[in-house]
Amino acid sequence: MLGKTAGSLFWMARYLERSENNARLIDAGFRIALTRSSTAAAEWKSVLVTAGVNQAFQAAHGDYSSARVIDFLLRDPANPSSILSVIKLARDNARTARTALTRETWEAVNTSWMTLVALLKRPVREDDLPDVLTTIRQQSAHVRGALNGTMLRNDGYHFALLGTFLERADNTARILDVKYYLLLPSVAHIGTSIDNVQWETILRSVSAHRAYRWLYGAEISALKIAEFLILYRQMPRSLAFCCERMEAHLAQLQRHYGDETEAWRLAHALSHEKLAGPIQSIFDGGLHQYVTSFLRDTAALARQVERDYRFVE
Amino acid sequence: MLRGKGRRISFFDEMTSQEGETRSPYRDYCGWFEAEDATRIQRKAQQAEALFRTTGITFNVYGAADGDERLIPFDVVPRIISASEWRRLSRGIEQRVRALNAFLYDIYHRQEILRAGRVPVELIAGNEAFLPMMMGLDPPGGIYTHISGTDIVRTGANEFYVLEDNARTPSGVSYMLENRETMLQMFPELFAKVPVREVSDYPINLLKSLAACAPPACGGTPTVAVLTPGIHNSAYYEHSFLADHMGAELVEGHDLRVVDGRVAMRTTQGYKAIDVVYRRVDDDFLDPLNFRPDSMLGVPGIWDVYRAGGITIANAPGTGIADDKALYSYMPDIIEFYTGEKALLPNVPTWRCSDPEHLREVLDRLPELVVKEVHGSGGYGMLVGPAASKKELAAFRAKLEANPGNYIAQPTLSLSTVPIFTKKGLAPRHVDLRPFVLMSPQGITITPGGLTRVAMTKGSLVVNSSQGGGTKDTWVLED
Repeated sequence: MLGKTAGSLFWMARYLERSENNARLIDAGFRIALTRSSTAAAEWKSVLVTAGVNQAFQAAHGDYSSARVIDFLLRDPANPSSILSVIKLARDNARTARTALTRETWEAVNTSWMTLVALLKRPVREDDLPDVLTTIRQQSAHVRGALNGTMLRNDGYHFALLGTFLERADNTARILDVKYYLLLPSVAHIGTSIDNVQWETILRSVSAHRAYRWLYGAEISALKIAEFLILYRQMPRSLAFCCERMEAHLAQLQRHYGDETEAWRLAHALSHEKLAGPIQSIFDGGLHQYVTSFLRDTAALARQVERDYRFVE
Repeated sequence: MLRGKGRRISFFDEMTSQEGETRSPYRDYCGWFEAEDATRIQRKAQQAEALFRTTGITFNVYGAADGDERLIPFDVVPRIISASEWRRLSRGIEQRVRALNAFLYDIYHRQEILRAGRVPVELIAGNEAFLPMMMGLDPPGGIYTHISGTDIVRTGANEFYVLEDNARTPSGVSYMLENRETMLQMFPELFAKVPVREVSDYPINLLKSLAACAPPACGGTPTVAVLTPGIHNSAYYEHSFLADHMGAELVEGHDLRVVDGRVAMRTTQGYKAIDVVYRRVDDDFLDPLNFRPDSMLGVPGIWDVYRAGGITIANAPGTGIADDKALYSYMPDIIEFYTGEKALLPNVPTWRCSDPEHLREVLDRLPELVVKEVHGSGGYGMLVGPAASKKELAAFRAKLEANPGNYIAQPTLSLSTVPIFTKKGLAPRHVDLRPFVLMSPQGITITPGGLTRVAMTKGSLVVNSSQGGGTKDTWVLED
C-alpha cells in the first residue's frame, strides 16, 4: 500500500470521528446554553477550547452568542474544524484513498458529504439543531457500518481504525483538559458536591451519561467520573479503551508487515503504563498534568505512525 | 431536422428509418420501450442521476463553490449498433490504430514516410507535438499507442467517418463502464430481452495489455500504476476507477522517485519499483528535469529511466504527433503507406488552411464549414459555420486570415441522430462514438461499443461534455 494511501485512510477516519465528536460537543453545549443562560457564554467558550478553535473564533467574532458559536462550529469555512470543513477533508482523503476503499465505504462517505453539504447550506435555526446533530451522528454511524461490514481486515482497515481511536482518545482527553477543574478533589473535599449539570455535560459529550448511571448508580463523584473516562476499559470512548485499540491495530500492522515498529512500542507503553491506574494515583500526581502529558504522548504517537509507515516523504 | 440557409437538411436517424420504420438493431428495444410506462422510465432516469452522484462520477468546475460538482448528463435510451455494423467498424479502427503505431515508430526512427514525400517534413519538424528526444528510442514491445480512442461519426446507413484519432490520453472509458452498470441496475429485464455484448472486461484487458508491455528491467509479474495529477483534476474519478478496477496503485508525482535506476513508489514499507505507468498527465508535465521545470505533477528523472528501459510509459511520450489535427488529413496516405491497404474507414474531407488555395476556398464557404484549431480539443476555439452569427463569422474570418496555419476546416457533417428520452417522449439528438482500443505486442483489443456522446440541445452538433453534451450506453448486439 502506498504511504500516501495509508495516511489518507488514517486521516479520513480521524476527520469522520472529529465530525461526530464535534456534533456531540455542540449538543452538550447547546443543552447548557438552553437551561442556564447565565453560564452559556462560559460553556460555549469551553466547547471552542475543547475543539481547539477558540482563538480562531475570537479573532473573527469576539462574543460568545449561541447563534454565532453554533454557526462557527457547524458551517464556517474559516474554521478548519467546522463540521463542513471536516467532512470535506474526510471526503478528499477518501477520494485520495479511493482504491483502498470498498464501493460501499466510499459511497457512504460521499453520501455523508452530500447530505451535510445540503443540510448546512444555510445557517441552522436553533429549533432545527437537534435534528441536524442527529443527522451528523447518523451519517457517521453509516460510514462506520460500511467500513466494518465491507472492508477487508488488511493494512488499510487498521490504518483507518488507528485514526479513529487516536482522534477519539484525543477528544476525550481534551474534554478532560478543559473540564478538569470541575473534577479537582479539592472541590469535592470542601463538600460541595460537583455541579450536577456540569458533570452531566461532560458525560453527555462522550455519550455516556446513561452508561455511567448503569455502572455507578446515583453516586456522583469526581473520582468516579474521571475513572470512568480514563481507565474504564468497557467504555468505548475512555482513554484506556482507545489506547488498547490503538495498540491492537498497531500489533496487527506489525503482524501484517512483519517488523516491529516504534509506534507500537509507544502505544504499548501508553496502554500499559499510563493507563494502569489506579485513579487515585493519577489524582495524586495532578489530573491536569496527567491529561497534558497524555495529549503530548498521543501527538507523539501520531507523528511516529506517520514516520513508521511513510505517510509523507 | 435542422434548417440551414433555407435548406432542409435531413439527418440519418439510427432508430427510425425515413419511411418511419424501426431499424432492425432497435427492434427488440423498441418493443420493450413501447410496452413500458413513460413515468416509470422518467423515475428511473432521475434515479440514474442520484446513482451517479453517489458513485461520485462528477467533475469539479474550477472556481465553483463547494458541493457544486457537475454531472455529465446521462440519457437512458441506449445507442444500438448491429453485429455486422460493428464488425466493419472494428476492422477499420484496428487498421487505423496499427497504422498510427507504425507511423510513430517510423517518425521516431528512419522517417521513411518523409523520405517518400508522403507527409511534408515541415509538418513534423515544426510541430510542437513532435518530441525529438524520442528519436531512435525503442519503447518496450514497440508500442506507442497503448490506449487510443478513435472518434467516429455516422452520416448514413453505411457512412462512417473517423473524426479524430485520440492517441494521447483519451478519457471517457469510465463513463462507458458506469453507463452500462447503471443501465443494468435500472433495467435489468432489458438485458434478458436484448443480447448485448459485455464491456465490463475492459479494466482487466487494460491491465493485461499494459503488463504485456513491461520493460526489460522488469523481473516477474509487472507492477502497474496509474499516474494522476490528483483529486482536483476533472478526470480524477476515471483515474481512480481504472486503478481500482485493475487492482493497480493510483500514484501522484510526489509518491514517486527514482531509486537505483528504477521509478519507485513510496509504500508503507519503503520504495517499491514500478514497471508500467499508465500516465494521465501530458508529456510536458512528466519530468521536470527533462521537460517543463515548473511541473509538480511528474517525476524528476523518469525520462532517463525510460530511456534505459527501466519503465514503460503508456502512452509513450511523443504520441501526440499522431493525433495532431494538421496531420489528420494525411491519415489515408499514412494508412496506405504502412499497411498497403486503402483506409477502411474514410476521413472527413479536410481543408488545410496553411495551404493558400485551401484557405481561399474555406473563406469563401465559411458559413457552411466547421473550422478547428490544429492543437485545440474539447470543442473549444472552434467555429460551427451554420450555427454562427454574422458577427461571429466575421471575427473568425479575421482570426483565420491572421494565422491560417493554426486551422483546418471540414464540411458540416450531418451527424446521425439517436433519440433521447425527454418529458415529451423520444426526441432525436446528434451523436458521435468513441470506441476504446488497447494495443500490446499480443494484439489489438477493441471493447464492443465505446462511449456515445450526445448533444442534449435540439439541433446542436457539438457533443463535447465541456459544451453541455451528455452520454448514452452503447450496445453492440451479439450475432
